[in-house]
Amino acid sequence: MKHQLQHFFKLTGFLLLTALAFACRKDTPFDEDSEQGAKTPSLTVKGLYVLNEGNWGSNKSSLDYYSYDDGKYTRNIFGTANPAVTLGLGDVGNDIKIYGAKMYVVVNGSNKVEILNASNARQVAKLEINNPRYVTFYKNFAYITSYDGYVAMVDTTALSTIKTKIMVGNQPEEMAVVGNKLYVANSGGYNYPNYDRTVSVIDLTNNTEIKKIDVAINLDRLRADQYGDIYVSSRGQMDQSGEYIINPSLFVIDTKTDLIKKDFKIPVSNFSINGDDAYLYSYSYATQKSTYVKLNVKDETIVSNNFITDGTETLIATPYGIEVDPSSGDIFLTDAKDYVSPGTIYCFDKAGKKKFSFTTGDIPAHITFLFK
Amino acid sequence: MIKIKGVLVNIRFYYAFASILGIGIVLPNTAVGQVDTAKINQLNEVKITEYKNGVINLSPVPVQVLYGNDLKRLNSLSVADAIRYFSGVQLKDYGGVGGLKTINVRSMSSNHTAVFYDGIQLGNAQNGQVDLGKFSLDNLEEIAIYVGQKPELLMPAKGFAAASALYLKTAQPIFISGKKYGFGASFKTGSFGLINPNLSYKQKISNKISFLIDVSYLESNGKYRFRYKELAYDTTIIRNNSDVKSARVEATLSGLLPDSSKWNIKLYNYNSARGLPGAIVSNRFTFTQRQWDDNSFVQASYQNKKSARYNFMFNTKYAYSFMRYLDPEFKIQNGFLDNRYTETEWYISAANLYKISKIWEISLATDYSLQRLDANLYDFAYPSRNTGLVVLASALNLNRLIVQGNILATLIAEQVKNGDQSANRQEYTPSLMASWQPFQSKDFRIRSFYKSIFRMPTFNDLYYTFIGNTKLKPEYTKQYDLGFTYGHTSNGKRLAYLSIQTDAYYNLVKDKIVAIPGNNLGRWTMVNLDRVQIKGFETNIQTVWDFAAQLKLKASANYTFEKAVDISATAFRYGDQIPYIPVHSGSARFGIDYKNLAFNYSYIYTGERYSQKANITANYVKPWYTHDLAIGANFACQQTRFFFNAEINNVFNQYYDVVLNYPMPGRNYRFTLSTNF
Repeated sequence: MKHQLQHFFKLTGFLLLTALAFACRKDTPFDEDSEQGAKTPSLTVKGLYVLNEGNWGSNKSSLDYYSYDDGKYTRNIFGTANPAVTLGLGDVGNDIKIYGAKMYVVVNGSNKVEILNASNARQVAKLEINNPRYVTFYKNFAYITSYDGYVAMVDTTALSTIKTKIMVGNQPEEMAVVGNKLYVANSGGYNYPNYDRTVSVIDLTNNTEIKKIDVAINLDRLRADQYGDIYVSSRGQMDQSGEYIINPSLFVIDTKTDLIKKDFKIPVSNFSINGDDAYLYSYSYATQKSTYVKLNVKDETIVSNNFITDGTETLIATPYGIEVDPSSGDIFLTDAKDYVSPGTIYCFDKAGKKKFSFTTGDIPAHITFLFK
Repeated sequence: MIKIKGVLVNIRFYYAFASILGIGIVLPNTAVGQVDTAKINQLNEVKITEYKNGVINLSPVPVQVLYGNDLKRLNSLSVADAIRYFSGVQLKDYGGVGGLKTINVRSMSSNHTAVFYDGIQLGNAQNGQVDLGKFSLDNLEEIAIYVGQKPELLMPAKGFAAASALYLKTAQPIFISGKKYGFGASFKTGSFGLINPNLSYKQKISNKISFLIDVSYLESNGKYRFRYKELAYDTTIIRNNSDVKSARVEATLSGLLPDSSKWNIKLYNYNSARGLPGAIVSNRFTFTQRQWDDNSFVQASYQNKKSARYNFMFNTKYAYSFMRYLDPEFKIQNGFLDNRYTETEWYISAANLYKISKIWEISLATDYSLQRLDANLYDFAYPSRNTGLVVLASALNLNRLIVQGNILATLIAEQVKNGDQSANRQEYTPSLMASWQPFQSKDFRIRSFYKSIFRMPTFNDLYYTFIGNTKLKPEYTKQYDLGFTYGHTSNGKRLAYLSIQTDAYYNLVKDKIVAIPGNNLGRWTMVNLDRVQIKGFETNIQTVWDFAAQLKLKASANYTFEKAVDISATAFRYGDQIPYIPVHSGSARFGIDYKNLAFNYSYIYTGERYSQKANITANYVKPWYTHDLAIGANFACQQTRFFFNAEINNVFNQYYDVVLNYPMPGRNYRFTLSTNF
């Protein structure tokens, strides 16, 4: 009996030790990894940053960097550059822009804006802000939209605090500065079906909203061209079965008169303006296909119904981000695929032919260029 | 089936004794009206294991069962905790007392597991999930999980209609001889500010009718520490907004009629208010979302043995569930997001069993249910679903071979008040199972089953604003299983009981319902897209050792190997393991009974997994494993029997996530004092 018991306790002890032996778990790897690709030497551009959104709640927003000179694409650089930031970049990066020597990364799900050194992505400051969406700049100030219905004004020399909150419409999205006026697209996205339908105009000399321009429901993208016009997209409204009750569209507002000057009557998911060219894409629910339209912003006309000319569009499942390199005119377009797999960034030349592509993080969405 | 029945009748009797040692619980359908205390004291553990052996060894499908006494000493608060000890089952746990807890069996999503409460399914047409964290173990006497289906003929058609089935059985009133009433009480407290009293009262109304009421209250502040530690940071955070308060009332009236048919009526209400702790992401550790639940049902059951050849069973239910979700961070024009959902269900079922001969039985069961969902959402569909199920089943019980097969017809018609409705559906799905004893010895059996079944898209899948897709088809599964069972009881020997169940399986999930980016609003839509192929192996060993008259050891171990890979034609990562399914997982348990002391040790291991489709380092989720200890004592104070149990869970204080960014508690404690008189 005694012997049996001893045997049993030995066995138990052994099993416990075996179980404990499992106790060395691998640390969660957040290391960057890189891929060698095509070089694109440029006189003015050093490289570009890609902000991957990652899925809501996943804390998987990540930052990639593509170096023009050596053609190296490095994924997930934030953790390596900032090992002391708890849980890294955060949840759903929603915008990225460089202003001066600093880079501003708006991280929506993490309620923060990371302000980084633009050349090495090291943290300079962190701004706490509720439900932030996009960032833009004017003089010494950064302006950040918050879904709580305001534009936060932040002094670029005192980055950790909000100086003023400028009240605008519901769930403001993108902004653009023209002259000394800030234009803000109000979506009202939380108030379905009572969407907002206005662009707020803020006088930047006294930082107050001076008017609201009635445009169309559920405004989203807003960009300025070099002729004093702003382009703003409306996401329209669908019914339960996915049919549009109110069609999405793209509007042009003349900032001299603050009146709508043109309605393109085309659906737009996202676009980028470079000089006289605007590149747009739109994903159609009905056909599950995307269109890639090129506009001329000087004449406000459609130049092409497919700016991708080599058939690459058939490889793109879900176009999700677009930016044009202002020096070369190269078009960078991202594919978020099924949102739960790593995406792809494509580079097209001005003629719409693919130059190269890289694998990104999950949901590549926002791109900014680092100048020399 | 005759064979199984024979075994069941015998050992149910023994089991009745076993349960009374705990909180005074017993099966109603044993004709044991009276049990005298002398017999209780003569309880023979081996007899219980014989019962268990009968259930497990003869089953043509894998079955795992936990009984009242085992449940009491497990390191578990809710049904979800207890289920972690089963093989082939992955628990999805969002952490804390109040966090959502669902299971999936053999890598098929949680919507494929039907949960039955005293024989009748707990429905949820809205999202198809049953939160097992809401079911406490206080009043349960048995938890059983069947892969495929319960291998019985006389049961509601719903019992045939899911890829796996979890049966929760509540304690039934039984009376110590001469007594006409009884009380039970327990009190649990411990970490997370847990306060959990439970009271039960049973009354014998007449010789044939008895009444049981069971009331419990649970409160927890849900606060616990968790820690994120990497090379350059070490952050400890206290989980917030994880508090919960809930109350449960259950009343059962049960009886026997002169023709020895049985009936019972049950009333149930569960009411809770809780915080919803969100995903812990960089810079965001506090949350404000709240949820309120109010679930009630009344169900009734009647079973009649009309003759030696014909049995009849009738079940009915009405269920009402209300859920309110409030998000103060979602600011709309006149306040916050404040959604309210009300789901109701009417259910009726009739089952007939006819014994054609000694070896051949057939059964016919018909169910009908009507489910409706209301919500305070703009332009909501207000869907209602009529489901008719008809199943024809038959079993052949030869000397060494048991074969059971059935064909299930499912008819579904939906109506909506707004928008399109899902098309009417008719599906015919078969299953076939067998258990064969190849040798003289009854201990070893080979078994196999095949089952084809589907899960319907939920109301959320079909009709949720923007996301829903009314064109969805059901999600189909095919299961193939081949395994063996070995079960041996030897009264008086040192190894008193040994049971081994080992199975290899192959599952195919077709038209899996997944969310994809749907339109240029950047929103998602539901589609039948993915295919998943699952190849697995699981083994489950249980032993009971008799070392001395008052020293017993129970030891058991489970291991599961599972390759569940995405084989969708559209997959961007073809052949990768699907999210949250570990290749290796397992558990081990040791229980020692020495005189009036009970010691329990359990170990649970879940291997590395990926939190997203791509099996890359960015999606890697570390393995986790916890060691839990418990020590309990039975004692008497002024002739009242008490049981005290002290638990230390996650002894080595491992910080881990089951679901990415939903941290689980580290080391925690729980104390239970229970009595019955």
